[in-house]
This record gives sequence, structure tokens and C-alpha cells, in this order.
Amino acid sequence: MAIAKKSVVWGLFAAGGTIAAFLFPVLIALFLLVASGRTPEGLHFGPFHAFAAGWPGKIVLFFVISLALWHAAHRLCVVFHDFGVRKDKVVARAVYLIAAIGTVLTAYYLYAIR
Amino acid sequence: MSRNPYVRPVSKTTWYMRNGRYRKYMLREVTCLLVGFYSFLAIFALAILAGGSEAAWNDFLVSQQTGFWVSFHAVALIYYLVYMTFDWFKLAPKALPLQLGEQKAPDWIVIVAHYVAWVFVTLVVFGLVGVF
Repeated sequence: MAIAKKSVVWGLFAAGGTIAAFLFPVLIALFLLVASGRTPEGLHFGPFHAFAAGWPGKIVLFFVISLALWHAAHRLCVVFHDFGVRKDKVVARAVYLIAAIGTVLTAYYLYAIR
Repeated sequence: MSRNPYVRPVSKTTWYMRNGRYRKYMLREVTCLLVGFYSFLAIFALAILAGGSEAAWNDFLVSQQTGFWVSFHAVALIYYLVYMTFDWFKLAPKALPLQLGEQKAPDWIVIVAHYVAWVFVTLVVFGLVGVF
């Protein structure tokens, strides 16, 4: 791969990893709060819908989810290899396809929230 | 090269069990499954939100309120903090070496800066969502 291309791929991977490291504990903690019946005010339908309907909310949610998916896909390829699945190309195609589908779905649902 | 080189037999599926460092590496790398899982859980939530029905959203929140999900999220959170977030911060000085004048700043400064930023970001998000 050309150096220029590589830097973009690694840049996205690192950005996704930073987002995953910094923000996913919060995301999991929020799901934990919801699961334990203490849904915070901002996750009730009204405020959360309003947040996702506005452009700042859409942009934040899109970048967090799509970059995290890209990061996870990149890593999952290596994990499959490490667990003894050596069909690298098939795994890579499947995993990046799933990440791409997730990205498109995120964009579509965010577009539909208004 | 010798005609019949000795190839040490290494299992393709269990090689990481031989050494603590490899085991830690694997424990760290599988956190990507959690990243993928929670991304799709968030996408699922967005799909319901996009439906525009408050009743459906409330049903989704209620459907999450089971003992299974409480324990799943609790275990996932601890595992994720230890093997993803804290490991990521530990590696940060290698990825982002900080130069101060002529010298490289000590690693702990970069690590502490990451922890401070992380606590700050976490508190801000919790504040915005209204956890407090």
C-alpha cells in the first residue's frame, strides 16, 4: 500500500481507537444505568430525540459510531488470524462489509431522525 | 539453507496460552468485539429513535431492564476499562511521544494527561446526559 494511503487508514484506526478508549466506557455505563432502571433524563425520548435531530448531535453520533466500527473491524481481522482463521482476505471482506453496513445504517437512521 | 529446516510445531489456535504476554495481548485485542457489539447496540437504539414513536422508545428502555443486561453491561464495563481504555492510555506515550524543548517528556506525563482528559470527557458526557 502506498504510504499516503496507509497514513489515512492508520489515522482513521487511531481516531477510532481514541474514541473507543475515551467514550465507550461512558456508552457502556449509560446502557448499564438504563438496564438498572435509572435512565438519566437526557436519554428519555424527548431530550434524546431532540439531541439526535440537531446537527451537532448527528455529527457527534455519526463520527463516534462509524470511527469505532472502523477501528473494531481493523482489529477483528487480526483477532481472527490470531485465533487460527487464516482466510485473511475473506475475513477482511466480511468484517469491513459489516462495518460499512453499520456506517450506512447510522447515517440513514440519523438522517431519518428529525 | 538446510534442505530440511526444523519447524517448531506451534498451535495456530492456542499459541497465546504459552506465555503471559501473549495472553494479555489476546485479552486486549478481543475488546474489539465489545466495540463492535456496543456500536451495533447504539445503531439499534438509533433505529428505534428514527421510528419517531415515544412508546416504542420506552418499550426499548424497558426491554433493557433485565438482570441479564445489568450483569452483562457491568462485566463488560470492567473488562473494557481494564483491557481497552487503561491499556490504550498505557500505550499512549509510545504513540504520542511528547517533546519538550530538547528532551522527550517522561512517559507518565502523557499517561496522566490521558487519564485527566478521560475523566473530564466522562464527566462532561454524564453532565450533558443528566446523570447527576
